[in-house]
Amino acid sequence: MIALLARDLRLAVRAGGGFGLGLSFFLIVVVLVPFGVGPETGLLSRIAPGVLWVAALLACLLSLDRIFALDYEDGSLDLLATSPLPLEGAAAVKALAHWLTTGLPLVLAAPVLALLMNLPWQGYAPLMLSLLLGTPALSVIGAFGAALTVGIKRGGLLLSLLVLPLYVPTLIFGADVARRGAEGQDFTTPLMMLAGISFGALALLPFASAAVLRVNLR
Amino acid sequence: MASLWEYANPLKFMRTTERILPAVSALAALCLVGGLVWGFFFTPDDFRQGSTVKIFYIHVPSAMMAVNIWVMMLVTSLVWIIRRHHVSALAARAAAPIGAVMTVIALFTGAVWGQPMWGTWWAWDPRLTSFLILFLFYLGYIALWAAIEDDDTAADLTSVLCLVGSVFALLSRYAVNFWNQGLHQGASLSLDKEENVADVFWYPALVCIAGFILLFVALVIVRTNTEIRARRMRALLARERGADA
Repeated sequence: MIALLARDLRLAVRAGGGFGLGLSFFLIVVVLVPFGVGPETGLLSRIAPGVLWVAALLACLLSLDRIFALDYEDGSLDLLATSPLPLEGAAAVKALAHWLTTGLPLVLAAPVLALLMNLPWQGYAPLMLSLLLGTPALSVIGAFGAALTVGIKRGGLLLSLLVLPLYVPTLIFGADVARRGAEGQDFTTPLMMLAGISFGALALLPFASAAVLRVNLR
Repeated sequence: MASLWEYANPLKFMRTTERILPAVSALAALCLVGGLVWGFFFTPDDFRQGSTVKIFYIHVPSAMMAVNIWVMMLVTSLVWIIRRHHVSALAARAAAPIGAVMTVIALFTGAVWGQPMWGTWWAWDPRLTSFLILFLFYLGYIALWAAIEDDDTAADLTSVLCLVGSVFALLSRYAVNFWNQGLHQGASLSLDKEENVADVFWYPALVCIAGFILLFVALVIVRTNTEIRARRMRALLARERGADA
């Protein structure tokens, strides 16, 4: 499992594109928003938590199809399926690798972008906390979507259509934690719900991903 | 011994459904026409909402169907995953576009009703929002069916999507409730509540609901049987091509 994780991480870093791409996309979306809504700082700081969450979600979406597609094409996914490591474990590790290369950088970059969006200072910790808890859910849900569409040529658009509705609960609770934090309110309830969704998805979705991968490899 | 599983045999399924199809269609037409005419012309206007209340007879049944069709797809998907009956998978496939259309009808009639009542076509109200999300789920499901060529693979993948989607649709429902308190009234029809819609509105609404359910059953039968025939035709063509070669 660790070998698989290390391999995926190395591939992501060395193959270029995938690693920095999500992060740059995150930056671009956040930079575009003020152009769209105007530079008024009051408005920006009010919408900052939501914009950062939506931008992080889109950036996450961008690199999803790389989770399984390359391995499917060159046949290494077949090898993984026949290896002693259960496919459920492989699916979980792949999602983890995706999170380490996409989700974690997003979390770390969020404060810098929050500065651009003029987020109130008390909002930083809740924003990071919510992204830290929420992005793993985005990765495992996305891995499920990627597993569903792995056999389809040019499945990228379909992947977004399938995955985005599944992201709704995570987005709602995640953005709500960040918003309440920025407004100085108590954010325990949405934080609990977000954690529940994340851990639930982490525990259950690798099984669904493995099931659809088996169908696709048949 | 008549067991429900006998209908997993496509031949048996088609024979039976084709025998009941005319009756179901006729009853659906009767209920829909009867219920709507009754509702539109023979019920009094609401004392506050005036005649706009009559869109209720389309809005409520279509909204009920939109949710229940997803549940039906969930059940048939489970049957497919567990017992591998092709008819079941095909019925789920046949139901999805109908469900999507029901969702659109519910949203559209809701907008038309909301305009005079709430003064807006659309509000980010929990019920409206969860219906929009449900519509997206239907779209994804239909798109996945359309994208995969191999029938069994498509049936497997869409079934798993339906299961996972159901969990997330339910989560979204509660998340959306949490996210915004709405304008929409609570359920106006229920069996266990004391206060309900007055009987004058209640009976035509029941007839309309029955009409929508029958219409759905008739459409699913037609669409499932069409799909079974299309598959047979493909199989025959493939066999013929094989014989020629």
